[in-house]
Amino acid sequence: MDAEVIVIGAGIVGAACALALAQAGRRVRVLDAQCGGATGAGMGHLVVMDDNPAELALSRHSAAQWRALAPRMGAECAYSACGTLWVAANDEEMAEAERKRERLRAHGIESRLLDAAALGRAEPALRPGLAGALEVPGDGIVYAPNAARWLIAQGGGAIDVTHAKVDAIEDDGTLRLADGRRCTAAQIVLANGIEAATLCPELPIRPKKGHLLITDRYPGTVRHQLVELGYVTSAHHASGESVAFNVQPRPTGQLLVGSSRQFDTTDPAVEAPMLARMLQRAVDYLPGLAQLQAIRAWTGMRAATPDGLPLLGKHPWREKLWLAVGHEGLGVTTAPGSAHLLAALMTGAAADFDAAPYAPRGLLA
Amino acid sequence: MSGAHVLLHIDGRPVQVKAGSSVAAALRVAGGSGVARTSVGGAPRAPFCGMGVCQECRVQIDGQRRLACQTVCAEGMRVETGR
Ligand SMILES: Cc1cc2nc3c(=O)[nH]c(=O)nc-3n(C[C@H](O)[C@H](O)[C@H](O)COP(=O)(O)OP(=O)(O)OC[C@H]3O[C@@H](n4cnc5c(N)ncnc54)[C@H](O)[C@@H]3O)c2cc1C
Ligand code: FES
Repeated sequence: MDAEVIVIGAGIVGAACALALAQAGRRVRVLDAQCGGATGAGMGHLVVMDDNPAELALSRHSAAQWRALAPRMGAECAYSACGTLWVAANDEEMAEAERKRERLRAHGIESRLLDAAALGRAEPALRPGLAGALEVPGDGIVYAPNAARWLIAQGGGAIDVTHAKVDAIEDDGTLRLADGRRCTAAQIVLANGIEAATLCPELPIRPKKGHLLITDRYPGTVRHQLVELGYVTSAHHASGESVAFNVQPRPTGQLLVGSSRQFDTTDPAVEAPMLARMLQRAVDYLPGLAQLQAIRAWTGMRAATPDGLPLLGKHPWREKLWLAVGHEGLGVTTAPGSAHLLAALMTGAAADFDAAPYAPRGLLA
Repeated sequence: MSGAHVLLHIDGRPVQVKAGSSVAAALRVAGGSGVARTSVGGAPRAPFCGMGVCQECRVQIDGQRRLACQTVCAEGMRVETGR
């Protein structure tokens, strides 16, 4: 196949971009080093986030796309429309839950407040004494590695996947592969997650490490994806370490427990002190968790930009190169919306929402 | 020690094994393929690595989820498989 577009990276973002471009009529080649990435390591929570208007626009558009795709996805994608409960520990967080509901309502996103008693009925495994929660029923979860393969498969003959590692991008847009081959296309999409900074050192992307743990199967323990409202403050610190209560009921009956955030390390090792802090936080909310058996713990690297928004658009000076990187802790959710925007920019089509906030920035320093 | 035996129950059936045996070994003594549990899809799963890594040998021991290969049989122990 003679590709018109080459996508570097077959994680969830590269896969979604490949499909959007194929649907726009392009012949797409995806090059993937199979070195693993965040897509295989993350939680797969499909969640509308509203820290700023640009994040809300992207995650809202994306969540709607996921809901539209869900009925066609196979069981291997493990989609579940479990919704999110943003758990408020005290009155202050309950006030934040109300503000969040107002912000979501202003953008047509359904949500409802649960008082302490309603929260206890919805999730009896949570400790007593919590103030309440905001329920966002439109959120869901997916098993991202299989969803990525599924997205690529939807492109049929218009997408070709080649197992190859890109070693360098030359000034004229020629790709040098690890096996010595060289190739190029009229347009190239850089979608290789944290490794993007290896190929383009000018990108303002830093690794943000996260720990996760999964338990054995205990069906029915928890029904919604549960996240502490304090997450909003803890997850977005630009430096330092933090943990937040974040528990997801997998369709298998397993509980996936997160999450931690650490800057300035690229060591993938599971760190016992960090894991312990994270689990202590989870047990504070779900005391029964301490009695369940864990079967695995692992880490992943989020690709973080200074302002938390992905870089989507034409690279300011590199020939032929388009960017779809820097999705931090929200890339599974925001892959479809990112792909929609990028494909629109690349083909000159009209996008459903404004691409300006994600335009590659901070590259001229 | 070598002659001593312990008696435990696997899915309600009495099984006698040499003292010091793992529950994974007792599953085999109890007969058949030594199945510990079933997968989400219903497929039988048996101990695989024997050293606490693969997690395929999860059973319920005296009401607690445990690894059969990492648990030594004790007199009167109650083991449930198939979860
Ligand atoms: C602990 C943790 C929890 C998370 N939880 C969530 C969550 O609940 N919800 C959510 O939306 N997001 C979550 N995320 C974030 C999400 O996982 C990422 O944003 C997303 O997976 C990024 O996808 P990607 O396709 O950009 O990159 P990646 O998944 O990293 O994919 C990059 C791909 O590029 C390939 N590659 C790398 N280098 C090269 C090269 N030189 N040549 C060719 N190919 C190459 C790799 O093989 C890989 O397949 C989480 C992340 C972590 C770490
Ligand atoms: S047999 Fe592998 S963990 Fe027990």
